[in-house]
Amino acid sequence: MTFLKNYGVTLLVWVVLLAVPFWFPYVGGYTGLGTRTIVMALAAMSVNFLLGFTGVLSFGHAAYLGLGAYGAGMTIKYLLPSTPLGLLIGVLAGTLGAMAIGAMIVRLRGVYFAMVTIAFGQVFYFIAFRWSSVTGGDDGLTGWKRVPLDLGFTRIDILGNDVAFYYFCLVCLAASAGIMALLLRSPFGRTLLAIRENERRARFLGISVDQHIWLSFVISAAFASLAGVLYAYLDNFVDPRAFHWQQSGEFVIMVVLGGMRSFWGPLIGAAIFEVLQDKLSSFTDNWMSLLGLFFVLVVVFFPRGVLGAFGRKPTP
Amino acid sequence: MGSHSKTSGMAKTSGMGRRTLLKAGAAVGAIQFASPFIISARGDEPIKIGVDNPLTGIYTALGKNENTGMELAASQINAKGGILGREIKLVVEDSTSDKTDVAVQKARKLIQSDNVNFLIGNVNSSHAIAIAQVAAELKTVHIVPGGHADAVTGSSCHWTTFRICNTGAMQGNAMAGPLVKALGKKIYIIAQDYAFGHALHDGLAKAAAKAGGTIVGEEFFPLGTTDYSAVLIKARAANPDILVDLAAGDDGINSIKQAVQFGLDKQLHIAGMQQELEVIEGLPLEARIGTWMFEWYWKQPNVPHVAEFVAAIRKVTNKVPTARTWFGYASVWSLALAANQAKTLDAVKVAHTLEGMKLPPEVALMPGAPFFRAEDHQLVPSVFVGHEQAKGIDDPEDLFVVDQVVNVADVMPTPAETGCKLDFPA
Amino acid sequence: MTQVILFNLLNGLIVGAFYALMALGLSLILNLSGVINFAHGGFLALGAYLAYSLMPTIGFWGALLLAPILTAFLGLAVERLLIRRLYGRDPLYSLLLTFGLAFIFQDGLRYVWGAQSVPYQIPGWLASPLSMDYFFLTGYRVFMMIVVALAVAGLFLVLGYTRLGMRIRAGTLDLDTVSVLGVNVRVLRNLNFGLGIYLAGLAGVLAAGMLGLSPTIGDQLIMPSFVAIIVGGLGSLPGTLVGGLLIGVAAGMTTVFFPTATEAVIYVMMALVLIVKPSGLFGDEGRLR
Repeated sequence: MTFLKNYGVTLLVWVVLLAVPFWFPYVGGYTGLGTRTIVMALAAMSVNFLLGFTGVLSFGHAAYLGLGAYGAGMTIKYLLPSTPLGLLIGVLAGTLGAMAIGAMIVRLRGVYFAMVTIAFGQVFYFIAFRWSSVTGGDDGLTGWKRVPLDLGFTRIDILGNDVAFYYFCLVCLAASAGIMALLLRSPFGRTLLAIRENERRARFLGISVDQHIWLSFVISAAFASLAGVLYAYLDNFVDPRAFHWQQSGEFVIMVVLGGMRSFWGPLIGAAIFEVLQDKLSSFTDNWMSLLGLFFVLVVVFFPRGVLGAFGRKPTP
Repeated sequence: MGSHSKTSGMAKTSGMGRRTLLKAGAAVGAIQFASPFIISARGDEPIKIGVDNPLTGIYTALGKNENTGMELAASQINAKGGILGREIKLVVEDSTSDKTDVAVQKARKLIQSDNVNFLIGNVNSSHAIAIAQVAAELKTVHIVPGGHADAVTGSSCHWTTFRICNTGAMQGNAMAGPLVKALGKKIYIIAQDYAFGHALHDGLAKAAAKAGGTIVGEEFFPLGTTDYSAVLIKARAANPDILVDLAAGDDGINSIKQAVQFGLDKQLHIAGMQQELEVIEGLPLEARIGTWMFEWYWKQPNVPHVAEFVAAIRKVTNKVPTARTWFGYASVWSLALAANQAKTLDAVKVAHTLEGMKLPPEVALMPGAPFFRAEDHQLVPSVFVGHEQAKGIDDPEDLFVVDQVVNVADVMPTPAETGCKLDFPA
Repeated sequence: MTQVILFNLLNGLIVGAFYALMALGLSLILNLSGVINFAHGGFLALGAYLAYSLMPTIGFWGALLLAPILTAFLGLAVERLLIRRLYGRDPLYSLLLTFGLAFIFQDGLRYVWGAQSVPYQIPGWLASPLSMDYFFLTGYRVFMMIVVALAVAGLFLVLGYTRLGMRIRAGTLDLDTVSVLGVNVRVLRNLNFGLGIYLAGLAGVLAAGMLGLSPTIGDQLIMPSFVAIIVGGLGSLPGTLVGGLLIGVAAGMTTVFFPTATEAVIYVMMALVLIVKPSGLFGDEGRLR
């Protein structure tokens, strides 16, 4: 019973996610929307790794989404048509970018940190927009496709088969969520929580706060760039908007919507955001009002986000 | 203020259509749930045309006007027996104006989840290119009503994609002669720094050189620029005869408005290429000036069927149709004509029927006989060169005076020049 | 060349002054109430549309006076109904709420006034240059500068010499103490929000004279205004003013020397300022209450 108590939510989440291709169409969904939702959920969870468990807000995580996406797309287009290689290079690009940028900005706090992350995202955005000979500019990077996976003993057609691609993304999400959960349970994760709760006290305890924040930022950005890779694979397309602050803003909204202190909150937030937007915009031209109203109501009636409302303790 | 009632009215029609369709979809879903093998009896199911156009953001007005034209075409076609005797139904989705990933997602949804037979979209060229890739992948005939970037029927062309509106090169070729002849040889070009702006610029620059003009300077500015003084200061310093403003949409409004406030219209000729009624109506009276090109104009007294079309649109929206309305109208009609002629919905056969197909006068609504060129799937229409006027004399929406109709077929770039290689399945 | 530089410098100041006007409103609200108002662009657009609709009856000058006040009244109502619920909570909830409001604004404006841009007519004598040599100095731009200068002077007078202003400033520094001293903090925050929204409405009325008026008019203006606040430093209104002018001039200068980077330059500048001086030019440490 204690097992169920501790892992009940996690178990439920995985059962629901694993079965998406079977039940989603009956509630008006489609596999593409399911895939998009888990990709965005991964990005939102990466933002929350930093925000919910380290107490640092990045409003520029689209920068790493974009680096991952362009890294993967350009690898396949210009270098070698290989899905795993694109994934590797995309994640590497995002992570290296975050290492360099993180080192420059890790001293900043609060709104200043958030704004400087926007700055880097926007600079990437304009580079991608202007350097059209390489990035395709505003028209986006087209003319490439994700490649079926060749595992040696079998071949998985993630290109032609939507459902296969959904499970490919789900495996990536599962691996990422597992690593994040393990990290948060480790002494490193406990230290991050200590920094979140009281930075000054953590400093007095001899914790090298800046280094920990830097590492947390880099890990978080690595997962954001993995989400970026999948995001590019999903449509076989990337455009500069992947870097834009509004994209970063959407991740933050998903996190706040779902509940920023809970591990699965961002997943719930992303699901609500994506599915609601998709359904409402099919239903009426005035979907923006309805979605806006929903945000307002959540703030008024769910003071700690949707998952926060169930009064659960944060489960790292 | 006068415009709100129809906008909301329009929203209601399309919203309602989609809602009914949703219900129908739910019913189908229920049947499939009960027994997935009943669906073979599909004979009387409507033929669905997916519409993936912006209904929010900066291109809303253009997207909605295109959709209005599509709705009119659909009701006319249904009154005449639909496609292959089946009713047609538009399934409308909001692509947004700036999120290409959403536009792509909606295209996939329309084809894979709503099972539409054909796809139409998008106002935004980047969206159009991305959607075209999806349509080709999923073997669905796709019409681009109003995304102008050359690549759609050029380097990024697909066997599934056809386009109604003109390319930058076509516009440049059509416009260069009249500009150089009437206004002067020294041309300064300002344009938006993205695919569409560059396409228009390249088209004009090439054609102007042939027509004996010189480009004395050019300036590309970022999309969404709000302040044009730096650009206009440079332009005036070059002392041209003509300032050609190639910005579209809000950027067009902002740049013309500011050029006129700077008094540039009193020192040189202001001109451009593609201009839209939606833009002119958003300009203050003193800025409704210059020489431009319309891709379609509602006042064509000597062309048959135009008056009926204008009256029918006015009945729905209380406003005259714009070029966008006609783009949408021609898109749906083209699909219906081709499918009825091919007597099948098979994508390859419909695509081959569209190749070379001429639009009949009641759809063409312009002098000459526009046709889809087989090599690149681009419609070859006529365009209307003329000048703006601040106030219509016998109609408040008559803000453009047509001076000359150019048959684009005479100035069309060759298929080889477009760089299009169609990728029909083997 | 010197002339082009001079032109763009002056012009940068004009554009910067406009950003400053919008940023000051945002800054007032952020400083006293810790609310990041992403709906500011929506209020700006509303101010512009109200002016557009009022103009045929009360003229341009009447609209210039009345539209921002009407916008401010809506601001007061929104604060009482919704914004008030954010106080004392994580500032991120203000993000969710004001993002939602911004959506509602955009859609609502489109519903009422239509998606297409509307023709916004300014008086003819303002819509022409003062002299042919300095043609970029149009009557309207000079007029904008004067209005912004008056508004900023008025704002600083209110903050410096009225009871309300002193309380707002004191509250920015230490709201708890102000509250203990018997000031009604709820009313104070309400009026402060209204004041900030007044500035947004005014910015809208001015912007629509230069830009096309459509429901998305505020979208391009909001992020530069945040940048202005951060460059100047949180908590400092003079800093916001300087920040606005600085980004205007920086963008203007970049168009002369490196036009490709015009849009990116304000972000590069913000990053540089923060890396050298982690709390902006004149700001406090950036912790929101």
